[in-house]
Amino acid sequence: MPQPKGIGLVKGLGVTLKEMGRTMFPRQGVMKLVPSPTQGAVTVQYPHEKEAPAPRARGVIALKEENCTVCMLCARSCPDWCIYIEGHKEKAPPRRAGGKPRTVSALDRFDIDYALCMYCGICVEVCPFDALFWSPEYEYSELRIADLLHDKERLGEWMETVPDFEPYEAGSEAKPRKVPR
Amino acid sequence: MLSVELAYWQQTLLRTVGVLAAVLLPAGALVQLFLFKAVSFMQSRLGPMEAGPHGSLQLFAEVGKWIQKEDIVPDRADARLFKLAPYLVVGTVLLVYLAIPFGPDAVFADLEGGIFYALAASSVSVIGVLIAGWASANKYSLLGGLRAAGQLIAYELPLVLAVMGVVIQAGTLNLQRIVTAQADGSIFGFGAIGLPFAITQIVGFVVFLIAMQAELTQTPFDMPVAESELVTGFMTEYSGMRFLLFFIGEFAAVGALSAVAATLFLGGWYFPGLDHDANYMNVLGPIILLAKILLLSFVVFWVRFTYPRFREDQLQKFAWTVLIPISLLNIVGTMILKVAF
Amino acid sequence: MTVTESQKLAYVAGQAAEARVNLEIETEGMTLNLGPQHPATHGTLRIVAKLDGEQVVACEPIMGYMHRGYEKLTEVRTYPQVTTLVNRIDWLGHFANEVPFILAAETLMDIEAPPRAQWIRTIFFEMARIANITLFLGDMGVQLGALTPVFYAFRDREYVLNQMEAVTGGRFHPNFDRIGGLRDDLPKGWIADTKAVMDKVRNFCDVMEDLLVGNEIFDSRTRGIGVIPAEVALGFGLTGANLRASGVDWDLRRDQPVGLAWNEVDWKVWTHPDGDSFARYWVRLQETREAAHIIDQLLDNIPAGPVMAKVPRIIKVPEGEAWVSTENPLGEMGYYIVSKGDLGPFRCKIKSASFNNISVVPWVTRGVYVPDVITILASLYFILGDIDR
Repeated sequence: MPQPKGIGLVKGLGVTLKEMGRTMFPRQGVMKLVPSPTQGAVTVQYPHEKEAPAPRARGVIALKEENCTVCMLCARSCPDWCIYIEGHKEKAPPRRAGGKPRTVSALDRFDIDYALCMYCGICVEVCPFDALFWSPEYEYSELRIADLLHDKERLGEWMETVPDFEPYEAGSEAKPRKVPR
Repeated sequence: MLSVELAYWQQTLLRTVGVLAAVLLPAGALVQLFLFKAVSFMQSRLGPMEAGPHGSLQLFAEVGKWIQKEDIVPDRADARLFKLAPYLVVGTVLLVYLAIPFGPDAVFADLEGGIFYALAASSVSVIGVLIAGWASANKYSLLGGLRAAGQLIAYELPLVLAVMGVVIQAGTLNLQRIVTAQADGSIFGFGAIGLPFAITQIVGFVVFLIAMQAELTQTPFDMPVAESELVTGFMTEYSGMRFLLFFIGEFAAVGALSAVAATLFLGGWYFPGLDHDANYMNVLGPIILLAKILLLSFVVFWVRFTYPRFREDQLQKFAWTVLIPISLLNIVGTMILKVAF
Repeated sequence: MTVTESQKLAYVAGQAAEARVNLEIETEGMTLNLGPQHPATHGTLRIVAKLDGEQVVACEPIMGYMHRGYEKLTEVRTYPQVTTLVNRIDWLGHFANEVPFILAAETLMDIEAPPRAQWIRTIFFEMARIANITLFLGDMGVQLGALTPVFYAFRDREYVLNQMEAVTGGRFHPNFDRIGGLRDDLPKGWIADTKAVMDKVRNFCDVMEDLLVGNEIFDSRTRGIGVIPAEVALGFGLTGANLRASGVDWDLRRDQPVGLAWNEVDWKVWTHPDGDSFARYWVRLQETREAAHIIDQLLDNIPAGPVMAKVPRIIKVPEGEAWVSTENPLGEMGYYIVSKGDLGPFRCKIKSASFNNISVVPWVTRGVYVPDVITILASLYFILGDIDR
């Protein structure tokens, strides 16, 4: 549709001015006159205030050591092979009195190199014994790249930060899961 | 007049300090207020927040950072010209401020052809830009420098022609007398707000603002520095202190041309209702002028961060086929009305 | 737009003649390297432009600076691992990259995902389209010198990405598609949140219309710049919005049903007859609106049921070959998978849209000015990862 020249230019100025007003005076009522851009801006001043990531966010992988059976599925399915696992067999007392002693696999080493990790989540998905979980924590940057190799103690510490699984949307037939605590 | 008699060297020193303050204060104020903050709010973010409360000391942090940086001169650059260019750009801005009156007596040099001088001085900066573009030994810089030259020459004309209307109406080239003419004037006998020439010369005012935007190489006329095409054009190779000088030059020029525009069209240091001969205006005048400078430069930044930029040929076409005919018509109209009334 | 042969020739001759104007007064030309690191190439594309003054005589894009060898990498990965990689081809339309690969693998295995999974896939596909194209809508402003639109684009795109993160766990690399369905189901309350986000997307489109499309300066910079007639567009193999902006009514979502839910809802393919930069911007703007419209309809009636079909625990794809392509945000993207019955593909050919889309650059930039090269590159809209793979 033809419109007189200059209308578009004025409209553009209106858009930016409106946005400035919205950012500077976000409050309602009388308080609207008090400029408070820290509330109006959409940005988050990171070290001072933090955004809460979604509970499903893939931040860091937590390890529940007791559940791990050293099956190596995660290490094998990792697309860039950044999981290092070592274990040994050891005898454990029988479950029932008088039974045969069991052979269990004990974990010696479980390292994830976060410098290599692509955060795809395949390891968490393939784990058949619920030993790996996603935690939305994201603040674990290091000054040295070698420090990004988290060992099993470090990975175990993340376990506290793992949130509970959310309930599903209506119409879902997926089984609700629980985090072993 | 000031009652104190000063020796020549004292006067010179005072003027130097005064000019530096006059250049740096508005430039700093508008960078901090508009470039850092107002523009951030337009983009729904906060801008610098760390240095000082709400980032109010950010400017000093930036200057400190630039001063620390290594001074790099490209290998194949013409080193002497390369180093000279930023000083030329900043120097011309200082010269513009010389002619601007800040109060009835607060003026660095009360030149008879003040407006003529101010506009002539402001266009010298193009030589600095051209030198910078040529001496950098960089193709982007060269393109940027040449674009700047073509653009500044094309927009010098509407700038001067827009001013002609004011000069005809005021009957003087002296900036001080242009201000008093606006203060003493009246609109059909209604003299309460004086006669800011922005009202009678509205066409000239708009043309001046557009030409000023081009003269300052701000968007939509920022082809010489177009980041997305020429990687900041003639400034590509500059870093550290020299870049800082360009930066100061750019924003001090915004202040300087805003000051010229405020003086010509908005009544300069005068505010309606005040006595324009009184001695206190020497103190109040600069503050009023600063407020007007900030008002005009807000428009500059507002436009800058809203519009995309023209293309070089469209810009030339706009200057020669739209702005110049309009301003010529404006002059003719002003002359007829001047004779008629 | 139908262009006759004579019109086309006149256009080419006109451009060539314009480029020659100053050659007759024998000015010396200049070769300008735009890139590999240049703000206009958003990545590492190198454009070698032979200039005469500011006019382009010849212009050649040189690619390969970011080649990551995805086709080869897929050969040493298993099928579930490949989706992690292909997320990163067109990094702005992340989820859309996974879908054709998974569909191709499903074709080979003769598995069909349950309807609920197909609907959620379609929703995410369109969300990826919004996440991709909103950035273009803002970025076009930056390339033309307007700095503000891109901030609005990033702001409103973030809401879409947050919704993706709430389900998939990844903002940029969802890795959510699996052979036979999806990794997980939607969390509670997600549908209502997404509807609110779609309103924000529509609002963003309105703002862009006021800020850029209606702007006379934007108009003068894009109208008639980089005109690609329909035959030329087809000849160079352009796909997606670039083709539709040349007036060709061609959209794989409608024309090539692949089992996703597009046919279940009511929507429209937008075309523009002009084929210039403005048309490309306008078509993409309408497509963003249309995507929000599609998502709204899909959200209203997601079928109940499982999100995963019965698939074996260890996925082995039977021997065979399959080609599946979809209408991705940038254009047609397809995977040609050759399987020898192993855990991973024997060979995987990836066809991405941007590679074809920039092949038209030498043709379309003859005789234009340097600023127009930027306009044309921006309006063709390529993602470097999508060119080089």
